[in-house]
Order: sequence, then C-alpha cells, then structure tokens
Amino acid sequence: MKINFFFIITYIFITTATHSSDNQIKLLEVYKNLRCLVCQGQSIADSNSDFAATIKLVVQDQFNDGKTEDEIYKFLTSKYGEWIVYQPAFSKNNFLLWTLPYAVLIFGGFLIFLLVRKTKHNRVN
Amino acid sequence: MKINITKIIIFSFVIFSLCIFWVGLKKTKNYDTKNLIGSRISNFQLNEINNIDQYISEEDLKKNKFTLINFFASWCAPCRAEHKYLLNLLNEGKKIKIIGINFKDKKINAINFLEELGNPYNFVGQDLKGKFSILFGIYGIPESILIDSNLIIIKKFVGPIDQIQYNEILKLIQ
Repeated sequence: MKINFFFIITYIFITTATHSSDNQIKLLEVYKNLRCLVCQGQSIADSNSDFAATIKLVVQDQFNDGKTEDEIYKFLTSKYGEWIVYQPAFSKNNFLLWTLPYAVLIFGGFLIFLLVRKTKHNRVN
Repeated sequence: MKINITKIIIFSFVIFSLCIFWVGLKKTKNYDTKNLIGSRISNFQLNEINNIDQYISEEDLKKNKFTLINFFASWCAPCRAEHKYLLNLLNEGKKIKIIGINFKDKKINAINFLEELGNPYNFVGQDLKGKFSILFGIYGIPESILIDSNLIIIKKFVGPIDQIQYNEILKLIQ
C-alpha cells in the first residue's frame, strides 16, 4: 500500500514537472521570437527591461488562457506592428524576404551546374 | 554567348541586391504606432484607483465626444512636464474627457502626485503590472491616446504632451 502510494506521488510529481518544463520551453521560444522595442538588439527573452517584463506577463497570461503561439504573435503585432516579431508571417509585403534565399540557392546551384558542365566539356575537348 | 547570358544574369542580380540594400537603408525601422491609428479599442475595463469596485468600460467612453487616455506615474519626470497641458484641457469642458491610467506605481504616490500637481482626470485607473498598457501599444510613459465616441484611435502621442501637441489636440477635437 505504502509502495503504491509512493509510486503514485512520484508519477504525479514527474508528470507535473515535465508539463511545467514543457510550458517553460514553449514560452521561452515565444519570448525569443519577440523583439524588445526599447532595447538595442535584444529579444524579450534576453532583456530585463520593464517593457520586456510586461510583455512576458502578457504572453504568460495568454498562454495560460490557451492561446496558440500564432494568436499571441497576432495580438502583439496588432498592437506594436510586425516589428515586434523577429520572424514575421508570410505576406505580400515580405514575400521577397521569405522567397529570395530559396531563389538565390536555386540560382547558385544552377550556376554551379553550368560551370561544372562547362569545365567538363572543356576537359573532354 | 552562354557566358554572356550568365554574366548578364549575375550583373542583374548584383544590381537588384544593391537596390534592395539602398531601399532598406533608406527605410526607418523604428517602432511607430501608425498601425494603431484608425483601429478600435476593445476589452476596455479599468478599475478606479481608490475603489476597485468602481470601473469604467467601453460603454462609458462611447458617451464622450472625445477621450484622451493618458498613461502616467509619479516616478516619471516627463509626466510632470506634460501635466499642465492636461490641466489646461479641462478648460475645453465637455468636448474632451481625460482618463488617467496610473502605470506601475504605488497608489499612495499616485494620489500624492495628483494632490501636488492637480487632478486633470475625469477618471483615474490603475495598471499595477502594466498589462493594460499592452492593449494600447504602450512601450514607455508618458503616452496618450486620443479616441472618439466610436472608440477609434485618432492620434497617439508618444512622450510628454507639449505646446505643439496640445494645440494639435485642440484642433482635432474641434
């Protein structure tokens, strides 16, 4: 009986601790993607400023209310603009930001392919 | 001929990248509140600083032709500087009501602050942890938000209100 009780308590303790640390990790991810508007190049996660502390409280509240990461970003973007998120959502204004790296990658690959083919062709000749 | 095409593509790409750099450098990326102007405020319910059972809501704000929501604190030096302009707005009578939101401050200090400088507010609420300020896109105080009876944000004043901004408020509420 005592052993069973011990196992139940241990199980509850481990589950609660894991759940709470999972939430902390998720929160930290959100903080890392939020820019501290009053700091120089710091995220909300890095900053100890008053502004960062308030944003952390608001994010925590929304997270506890069951809001998703996207909903939290959407809320803060509606108040502070896209500038507050480090990773802005895909839109017609920033499509280049998202697509250009892939375009450059493909273009670079194509260029290398052409150069390699040309070098091979010259060697054969 | 193939090499020429490759060169042209590379050259165009370099020019394109330079253009992006040029446009990017000319753009100011500082935080501004432009996107909040024209938006409607919601979820507004603010408790009175002296009596937490008393509160003001959106319905109360709709009754005012214009409302200036001002974030202040006793520890904020620029708030002292703008206070006289808020007091002057009292002369405008029914045209504008002023809601003061005491930001991250001790209640007793806020009360002393208003006793010392005068109370321009029709209602004083408290935002102890600063969470309420996020609804208005506040990132430092003093900041003031001018809204109309439809709860639409007409103008946001970042920093202390000075003579120029005071005149602007008068012009906007005419």
